[in-house]
Amino acid sequence: MSTTAELLKGAAELFPGEVVTQAHVRHLDLPGGAGRFALITLDNGLDHTKPTTFGPQSLANLNAAIDQVEKEASEGAVVGAGITGKPFIFAVGADLKGVELLKRHEDALAIGKGGHDVFKRLSSLGVPTFAYYNGAAMGGGVEVGLHCSYRTVSSALPAFSLPEVFLGLVPGWGGCAILPNLIGADRAVSVIIENSLNQNRQLKGVQVHELGIADALFEGADFLEQSLIWTASVLKGEIVVERPEIDRGEAWEQAVARGRFIADSKVHGAAPAAYRALDIIEAARDGDLQKGFDAEDTALADLIMGGELRSGIYAFNLVQKRGKRPAGAPDKSLARPVTKVGVVGAGLMASQLALLFLRRLEVPVVLTDIDQERVDKGVGYVHAEIEKLLGKGRINQDKANRLKALVTGVLDKAEGFADADFVIEAVFEEMTVKQKVFAEVEAVAPAHAVFATNTSSLSVSEMASKLRHPERVVGFHFFNPVAVLPLLEIVRGEQTDDASLATAFAVARKLKKTAVLTKDAPAFVVNRILTRFMGEIQNVIDEGTPVATAEKAIEPLGLPMSPLVLLELVGPAIGLHVSETLNRAFPERFTVSPNLKAVVEAGKRGFYVHDSGRPELDPEVTALLKQGDSVLTEEQVRARVLDAVAQEIGLMLEEGVVAEAQDVDLCLITGAGWPFHLGGITPYLDREGISERVNGKRFLARGVASVPA
Amino acid sequence: MPRTVRDVVFVDGVRTPFGKAGPKGIYHETRADDLVVKAIRELLRRNPDLDPARIDEVAIAATTQIGDQGLTIGRTAGILAGLPQSVPGYSIDRMCAGALTAVTTVAGSVAFGAYDIAVAGGVEHMGRHPMGEGVDPNPRFVSEKLVDESAMFMGMTAENLHDRYPHITKQRADEYAVRSQEKAAKAYANGRIQQDLVPVSVRRTNPEAGETGWGLVTADEPMRPGTTLENLQGLKTPFRVHGRVTAGNAAGLNDGATASLIASEDFAREHGLPVKMRLVSYSFAGVEPEVMGYGPIPATEKALAQAGLSIGDIGLFEINEAFAVQVLAFLDHYGIADDDARVNQYGGAIAFGHPLASSGVRLMTQLARQFEEQPEVRYGLTTMCVGFGMGATVIWENPHHKDAGGNK
Repeated sequence: MSTTAELLKGAAELFPGEVVTQAHVRHLDLPGGAGRFALITLDNGLDHTKPTTFGPQSLANLNAAIDQVEKEASEGAVVGAGITGKPFIFAVGADLKGVELLKRHEDALAIGKGGHDVFKRLSSLGVPTFAYYNGAAMGGGVEVGLHCSYRTVSSALPAFSLPEVFLGLVPGWGGCAILPNLIGADRAVSVIIENSLNQNRQLKGVQVHELGIADALFEGADFLEQSLIWTASVLKGEIVVERPEIDRGEAWEQAVARGRFIADSKVHGAAPAAYRALDIIEAARDGDLQKGFDAEDTALADLIMGGELRSGIYAFNLVQKRGKRPAGAPDKSLARPVTKVGVVGAGLMASQLALLFLRRLEVPVVLTDIDQERVDKGVGYVHAEIEKLLGKGRINQDKANRLKALVTGVLDKAEGFADADFVIEAVFEEMTVKQKVFAEVEAVAPAHAVFATNTSSLSVSEMASKLRHPERVVGFHFFNPVAVLPLLEIVRGEQTDDASLATAFAVARKLKKTAVLTKDAPAFVVNRILTRFMGEIQNVIDEGTPVATAEKAIEPLGLPMSPLVLLELVGPAIGLHVSETLNRAFPERFTVSPNLKAVVEAGKRGFYVHDSGRPELDPEVTALLKQGDSVLTEEQVRARVLDAVAQEIGLMLEEGVVAEAQDVDLCLITGAGWPFHLGGITPYLDREGISERVNGKRFLARGVASVPA
Repeated sequence: MPRTVRDVVFVDGVRTPFGKAGPKGIYHETRADDLVVKAIRELLRRNPDLDPARIDEVAIAATTQIGDQGLTIGRTAGILAGLPQSVPGYSIDRMCAGALTAVTTVAGSVAFGAYDIAVAGGVEHMGRHPMGEGVDPNPRFVSEKLVDESAMFMGMTAENLHDRYPHITKQRADEYAVRSQEKAAKAYANGRIQQDLVPVSVRRTNPEAGETGWGLVTADEPMRPGTTLENLQGLKTPFRVHGRVTAGNAAGLNDGATASLIASEDFAREHGLPVKMRLVSYSFAGVEPEVMGYGPIPATEKALAQAGLSIGDIGLFEINEAFAVQVLAFLDHYGIADDDARVNQYGGAIAFGHPLASSGVRLMTQLARQFEEQPEVRYGLTTMCVGFGMGATVIWENPHHKDAGGNK
């Protein structure tokens, strides 16, 4: 048994639940008499909805397949070898479930080394090797092909990426070392860093070819046949593959610098993966691949044992799994069909909601408001947005016609809502107004209609309390910008029944939103945490800490934007309003900042001016600020803010606002854009010991979003 | 409106290698529509001067138009092959003569002026769609004795043909079959067949059928080179006790697809497309269903009469070898020797296989290659027998011949 086999055997024992990928070796005669060829097919035996992955046993299987082909190559029995995937899937990389189980640095190192040891054999097999990227290829799937002498790609390939940095890893089976040496450092930085940090952007087959990752591009209908015919021509010398010379000069440094700039702007130094990847890319300039592989092994092991990756995988699973099967949602079968939607209000928010419902549900959507002008403006907005989609080619003329015909506006609710199954209100954030609106709707809408409120801070139960059928009211809290942020907090009022709630979840699913069930608690989840977070920042500023220090204190978290930039985005008036609401509910923890009040009263849209292109304190705001004389350090600010957040989440879980800490994290990731490397926030609070310090216990058991004990 | 009938030519034809139907066959896990799509794409690749948007029709034949052979496969295959959506398509069925009928039908439309160029082909995946799948014969066939009960079973109709011509013995049929295998092997050795095959990638997940994973099919699976008379003599006669028809002197159950380009001669020449054969005449004829193998004879009579030719004018024959007896009946009728060099020079369906509705174009592709090699031959003929008692014949002119119409 070779040492690689031993290494993998040991690793496989740590991961008994692996979905094992087979590496089938099949022989064929290449067209045109080019000779006998060994083709390896990676296949986990499941259909395309269960993509092929690499765990240790899968790597061992590939290793055994390579043993066989290597022997045949040495005997002259084959003139070349290829590797491809099952239908629609090439391979999507390492099995993350196995990574989560790893407890020791040496085991993590074995995974990296095991992959390298197997894959790199494809570059020295004694005969040329070919990778045929027939379908989705990610991470280790991409990398196994990079070790081959040649690559082809299908123009039908929908997704190709090195997503490791997105999750908190580095492409550690050859990606960091080989890719810059194949396509140049700048393009490698685009694939490894830029795409990954851009919400894991995927490449299509054509781009894989244009970037030079694949040497030839063939259409999906006969991709493998044409790849094999091309292979025959390459082996016979009829086709000579020419790749552009790699610029190893200044361009390399510039590329790495560009990568660092991208990483800084996305994670602000808070997550190590991108920087580790860039270090390896930088060092790969000398073309010494083995040195690069060793560096990948070390980086991979370090990162696997680090909290950021564990948080990243946790966050990924929340979004991919929990986000699609919301905790606590009633049985789907209880949902009632929604064939017409009413929207009360025709303002900007209401119009955006109308557009969203229209596009996703493709049912009639009726807007109402208090005068014809507002109604016309709302419908006009939706029509204009449809035109924009048409102009961009996102929809065709027929679809545009269909959507436009589906949206109407009326003044008379009786006319508009008599046959609506789902009515959402987006009127002024004032309890009496909303109660009045729902009473009017109830007078005309069918008995089964669900009423949804987009309130961000009012009590759903109170809003429903005056209705004859309060059980039909649910909270349906979107996040701005509605078209961008996936989160939808679905609020169950005291009297909300299962059928209405199930209908709300069914609608959310059709809207392609990440729905999280919350109790009817003040400001629900995201706004409550953000308001506590912002309130604490505001407090330290009010007490005397300079704005810059308070802002800088938060930078190491790597949040998408600083607290005061966020305030600007939300709008100081809304921020103030929510803080007042929460102050009424929990006066002992939520303050109303006099300085914020002053800023709002002065009609300011934020603390900053952006004239220079970057945020600078607005002198007019500076003049308004009345600060105390207690000046904290960055560390002190950070501790105070995070303690407050940990306390608030702890209380929310005690109150049962959401089912579990996982829901809090899912909300922060999808509603506030909080980063994967924090896992939302509770994994970070756990790993920094903040949860323990504040609440006396962790939010998540050890092993969840952290290295198992 | 005055009309002029236009000359119709066979521009090019390709096929997939043929496979054996069944769980161990090379195409067992390959869809029928994918097979014909690969053939169409190869046809387009080989004729880059043809703008696919100019194709006026895609006519694809299949006998069992169910599942992956259903859904108007001529249309769906066109879309799957990447033809522009503006190119229409339809399906055709005349059982074994499906592809042949696809050719003659589009040829008629070309001659009429409705089309300039069309794709015509066929597919049959007899592994996924065994003969008789989903059939529901009208009970009147039996109750009113409209046809003999054996008419539904092609092997039985072949035995019936032996009964009709007692001088066509099992020995003669076996000898014919051995020659077919020999000729096919020789044609392969000379590279005559491979040039019109499109390689097909095939997946196998069942280890009992052989190596698993993706493979590539580049040759016909059914061929049995080296077959001897002794090999054949011991075979069972599954259609009748002490019968004469065996798996050795008949075509097997097969999977495969073919595609051809049929155009007006003017269009082909204007667009620099090859002119491999010129259509002279075509004809179909019905016979008693229980001796369907007799069908090629009356069909050929009609086609010759239409063309004003006699059998002596025909220099090359491509006769589909559904059964050796049916070829021998044809040869006997015209007084042609069993081993006449003009007949099935590359061997026939006994060696290559006969995926029902696809076979017609294979005959044409082979005849076209023989025309190229033998410019001294002016006329050739493709003919086949068809289930439920029919025959189909197409007569072609060799454009390479010095007196050929197109060279005037």
